Amino acid sequence: MSQLDTEKTPTEAASKTDTGLEVDRGGRASLLLYPVILLAILGALFAWLYTRDLSDTEMVTLTPGELWSMTLEHLYLTAIATVVVLVIAIPLGILLTRPPMRRFTTPVTALVNFGQAAPAVGLIVVFAFWMGFGPTAAIVALVVYAVLPVLRNTMAGLDAVDQSLVEAGRGMGMSAAAVLWRVELPLAVPLILAGVRTALVLVVGTATLGTFINAGGLGLLITSGVNLSLPRVLITGSVLVAVLALAVDWLGRVVEHIARPRGL
Amino acid sequence: MSESTTAPTEPGRITGVPILLDGVTKRYGSKSAPAVDHLTLEIPAGSTVMFVGPSGCGKTTTMKMINRLIEPTEGSIVIDGEDVTTMNGDDLRRRMGYVIQAGGLFPHMTVAANIGLVPKMLGWDKQRIAERVDELLELVSLDPDSYRDRYPKQLSGGQQQRVGVARALAADPPVLLMDEPFGAVDPITRQRLQDEMISIQNELRKTIVIVTHDIDEAVKLGDWVVVFDEGARIQQYDSPERILAEPANDFVSDFVGSGAGLKALGLTRVNEMPILDAVVVTPEDSPTTAVQKAEAAGHGHVVVLDRARRPIAWPSVAQLRRATALPTRYEPDLPIVGMGATLEDALDTMLVSRAGAALVVGPRGRFEGVVDIDTVMQSLRDNRGAADTGRSPVGTNDAEARIEVAPDTGEITLITPDQVGTGRGRYDDGAAEPSRSDADEGSDSTALPQTSGERP
Ligand SMILES: Nc1ncnc2c1ncn2[C@@H]1O[C@H](COP(=O)(O)OP(=O)(O)OP(=O)(O)O)[C@@H](O)[C@H]1O
Ligand SMILES: [Mg+2]
Repeated sequence: MSQLDTEKTPTEAASKTDTGLEVDRGGRASLLLYPVILLAILGALFAWLYTRDLSDTEMVTLTPGELWSMTLEHLYLTAIATVVVLVIAIPLGILLTRPPMRRFTTPVTALVNFGQAAPAVGLIVVFAFWMGFGPTAAIVALVVYAVLPVLRNTMAGLDAVDQSLVEAGRGMGMSAAAVLWRVELPLAVPLILAGVRTALVLVVGTATLGTFINAGGLGLLITSGVNLSLPRVLITGSVLVAVLALAVDWLGRVVEHIARPRGL
Repeated sequence: MSESTTAPTEPGRITGVPILLDGVTKRYGSKSAPAVDHLTLEIPAGSTVMFVGPSGCGKTTTMKMINRLIEPTEGSIVIDGEDVTTMNGDDLRRRMGYVIQAGGLFPHMTVAANIGLVPKMLGWDKQRIAERVDELLELVSLDPDSYRDRYPKQLSGGQQQRVGVARALAADPPVLLMDEPFGAVDPITRQRLQDEMISIQNELRKTIVIVTHDIDEAVKLGDWVVVFDEGARIQQYDSPERILAEPANDFVSDFVGSGAGLKALGLTRVNEMPILDAVVVTPEDSPTTAVQKAEAAGHGHVVVLDRARRPIAWPSVAQLRRATALPTRYEPDLPIVGMGATLEDALDTMLVSRAGAALVVGPRGRFEGVVDIDTVMQSLRDNRGAADTGRSPVGTNDAEARIEVAPDTGEITLITPDQVGTGRGRYDDGAAEPSRSDADEGSDSTALPQTSGERP
């Protein structure tokens, strides 16, 4: 566990379009400031967009309705992939930290590491050839890609729980399951949530690639912007993905702030 | 329940139950030497038994086998006459308090939630749990109103340890197991916690097993002390007095170390010596009345008590003559000792106090009387010849030894191989005892004290 995903900037996944915003991630004030900045960026984008004369193709692609439905597609891919990641990674992390399962830790993390190390484009294309073009293959590829941070943080969070607390719990007659639910998981919540946030941001950025296999999403704006030399479409797509990633990151921070057990 | 093996020095009713380790062995891995080797140990109801010995000798392992956090490889654990070796471990542990170093409080739960955990598991209703939490906080000298809603990190180390003790006592278990409970606090806090532990035990009289590294702590807190060597081999199982005065072998005397005579000061407690009366007044009385009362009794000081009979101040007659009203503020540096304090602590407190004496307080800080240096010296001299009565608990590592429980009194006697057959019906729990042909320990590992020591 050399690098935990607590303080690593999870926006790296979207770094192609990173706006270079420097946000202090500590305080409550920055949590409030964050959405204001994002809205300002969106406002600036649309103000800039609609004060230009747009070509016909641009007009067609950049209508608010069109943008909105692409955003929804993008969010759909992200949401489904993230839910599947949680359903797989958190129970797996719990399982792998139980003493009888310890010996499987190394092989499983190696496998998961491999999933993340493989290039995302490659994964998406491979799954598309295997499962057919469309959102399903994209979601499967995203899941494989994003399991690692959640799994790693779940395990690290559970490992970081002081063993003497586990012993105290068992010593007072709590069952192993009760100790897990009432002691270990609550104490691991901050790290697990940090992993979830990292995964979310990773998925939002990577879902852009879904367009290559007809899975929809905001990636379409970027590819058509490049292919048809429409810089405004390209810029709009990039900024929207970046804002989406930052918004998801913000949401994650808010949840972490609220869900952090008191007393820690 | 064999009351004859315990030494009730206080009127508290015994709420503890007897524990018996019967031929218990623990091997971690089949090839390694046993961490606990054929240990037979009687822990009498209502007494405090201290496990001491060098690091790695098996103290923690032995203790954790009592609540089955560690399962014995061989042998059985009998609690209050019931073999608990095969019962559900979680149910067993809910009936025992368990305290670990630094308290082991759950950081994400408030003090009240921590203390209420076991009662909640046992299905108590909210109201009853809340009342119990407050009662326990009072017992461990923490003000319920200011502490119940705090989180552990908002407490000092000593306060956390107190809450740990309160949590262990929550469901009023007959047995309390403590593994180096005071190991993580500074010496002054440690001494205070030990004194509190003594007065709590005087009130509750549980069966308590405490693991410690510190022979001074063992001698101070224990009714009985077990000195273990590697493999939990008993070197001596005896009263603290006898451990200090008559170590069974070089191992024990090395372990006890020098200054055994001075340590004896740490053996006698304030409640074991005569406590002198004092003139007491309340803050509402006038200084004149106080002076009159003091002069009538021929005393030089009066003790001002609050409604709960806790000492507020201890002015001299000369001070009273100058005063216009009696003090109502608690004087911060009153020389106060608990009933359970040792003579060593009491002497220490007195030497600092100008009066050459100290105020004695009982449970919940209630004033009991005064002790002075003369009484301490006198009672030390008297104690030298204190008579030993009763018998010591049984303890051995002899693999061949069997124990016999008297059906009527529950009294336990040890039958070593050469005595087998003389017993009146052998104790038999059905557990198969392997015959140890390679037994290297003879009866010389048996540490049955020849005479027995009752705490004076
Ligand atoms: N889980 C375990 N696995 C293997 N060996 C163990 C385990 N726990 C304890 N031991 C070994 O058993 C022996 C007794 O350990 P135990 O913890 O009971 O000692 P202790 O008397 O409590 O020591 P200390 O005073 O250092 O706490 C030691 O040699 C230790 O190495
Ligand atoms: Mg230990």
